[in-house]
Amino acid sequence: MMKKKVELTIKLDKRSLYLRSLVVECLFGGGRGHMGSAMSLIEILRVLYDNFLKYNPKKPKDKTRDRLILSKGHGCLALYALLADKKFFAKKILRSASKFNSILGGHPEYGKVPGVEASTGALGHGPAIGVGMAISAKLNKLNYKTFVIVGDGEINEGSFWESSMIASKHKLNNFHIIIDYNKIQSYGKTKEILDLEPLRFKLESFGYKVSEVNGHNVNHLKKYFTKIKKNRDKPIALICHTIKGKGFPFAENNPYWHHKNSFTEKEVKEINKFLEKK
Amino acid sequence: MRQTCLNTIYELAKKNKKIIFIGSDLGPGVLDSFKKKYPDRFFMEGVAEQSIIGLAAGMAFENFRPYVNTIATFITRRCYEQVIIDLCLHNLPVTLIGNGGGLVYAPLGPTHQAIEDISIMRSIPNLTIISPSDAHEMKNLMLDSVNLKGPLYVRIARGGEEIITQKFKSKIGKAIKLKKAKDYYFITTGITNHIALEACKFLKKSENIDCGVAHFSTIKPLDKTFLSKIIINSKKIITVEENVKAGGFGSSILEFSSELSSTRKKADIKIMGLKDKFLEKYGTQRELLDYSGLSFKDLSKNMKNFILHSKI
Repeated sequence: MMKKKVELTIKLDKRSLYLRSLVVECLFGGGRGHMGSAMSLIEILRVLYDNFLKYNPKKPKDKTRDRLILSKGHGCLALYALLADKKFFAKKILRSASKFNSILGGHPEYGKVPGVEASTGALGHGPAIGVGMAISAKLNKLNYKTFVIVGDGEINEGSFWESSMIASKHKLNNFHIIIDYNKIQSYGKTKEILDLEPLRFKLESFGYKVSEVNGHNVNHLKKYFTKIKKNRDKPIALICHTIKGKGFPFAENNPYWHHKNSFTEKEVKEINKFLEKK
Repeated sequence: MRQTCLNTIYELAKKNKKIIFIGSDLGPGVLDSFKKKYPDRFFMEGVAEQSIIGLAAGMAFENFRPYVNTIATFITRRCYEQVIIDLCLHNLPVTLIGNGGGLVYAPLGPTHQAIEDISIMRSIPNLTIISPSDAHEMKNLMLDSVNLKGPLYVRIARGGEEIITQKFKSKIGKAIKLKKAKDYYFITTGITNHIALEACKFLKKSENIDCGVAHFSTIKPLDKTFLSKIIINSKKIITVEENVKAGGFGSSILEFSSELSSTRKKADIKIMGLKDKFLEKYGTQRELLDYSGLSFKDLSKNMKNFILHSKI
């Protein structure tokens, strides 16, 4: 169980709202997308890309870069927003999302989108690929870190737990699992579909050094990533308590906003109004 | 054959520091010499095929060349999605080595009998598939494996098969004429070339029919130049595989033939393979092959009828 209650009501600052507006560009451009799943991820990705990851948008395959795999590939609109913001590709491309000739699909693809480390979408694949990259770092004597972001519904998959055992066996202290724990999967609440609790205990028993944080609190996330450098011989897991659809009250914690394949005029107005108001 | 395959990986690893071996809880002592000499590049992981494939993909992203080994049914069925997405979608140079292709594990029952691995693996884009027939061929093909840029599936036979390919230096993507003939051919993959050669002898002796054997150690991609010549220049072809007929090796030959110009003269083609059923018997590989209608006598009878009556 959580060691302490994580306060999730937090006001988003200008940058968080700006990044959300980029996600909305993708959503409106393509007319569809996993909105709720992207919005819960924004602050996690923001802090990593703004403050901690090593990368060079001009050399996206530089061997010293940190590797980040968005294993919950359906949250890719948030990743696209960050990659565009960091100039991996032009922001105007965001509006082409999901269209015939776009590089930006409904799930991220390696080789098409600069900065995407692996094609994901089928759940439970990222952790094992990340473990392979983390082991490779040690074999190649490179200092990069590997971050794999998984969804809560995603870790219903047995492959996540297999990979966790392997990461633990190899003492991969350069391997980070980040769980976007918004507590809602496609059909409804994780607690009702397949309860993950006691999640912290489970992760610890699989050999992770585990922390928990409010996944929308930028300062807390920064503090966490600064501190975690001290770990020596365990893979690292961070449970990010988040809100599905965070930032848009009508979408928050609402499974019907997990994925949208069309937007009514009313919904478009509501989204725009909310972004403008802020 | 399996030992030759593993030994060749060790030989390759001596020259290429990027080669990694990953096993999924294999028997004790497997590749001990590799483990002793290159412990950093030897991984014996648990019974976790899905994650092992992902792990290999992650390593291949970082420019390593992993060779992954476990039982054929496990490395194809259990982790099919990982093979498709992690390896083949990314087109990564990972070699999958499946022990006991076909009916090798006859006594262990349907969970261990790889009756459809050719079919399911053949349908995946970017994947190369080889099915060697003896240790000589295996060695040559494994030596060639380091030159591939994408993923490879190696279907391993029982082992101890008589060496019948010694006159050839097999290469991935190249078929060979094991026995030449004019009008009638068995087209084989894996160990079915042994059965086909027996059938040829029998047909010659009992019916005075000259049959040849064209052997495809590479199932995908097909050696199309070689195959088109055989299809155009012969009259009757029977494909033989230790795999269900649905979507298997023979299907790929028919698919190719259907693409050849319809105005050209083409051989009639029939497929022989395993039936559309899980086998309810145990015993030996040979017993199950016979039971499945893949004995040399079955091949001979089918070819004779095909020639005489144009139907089986």
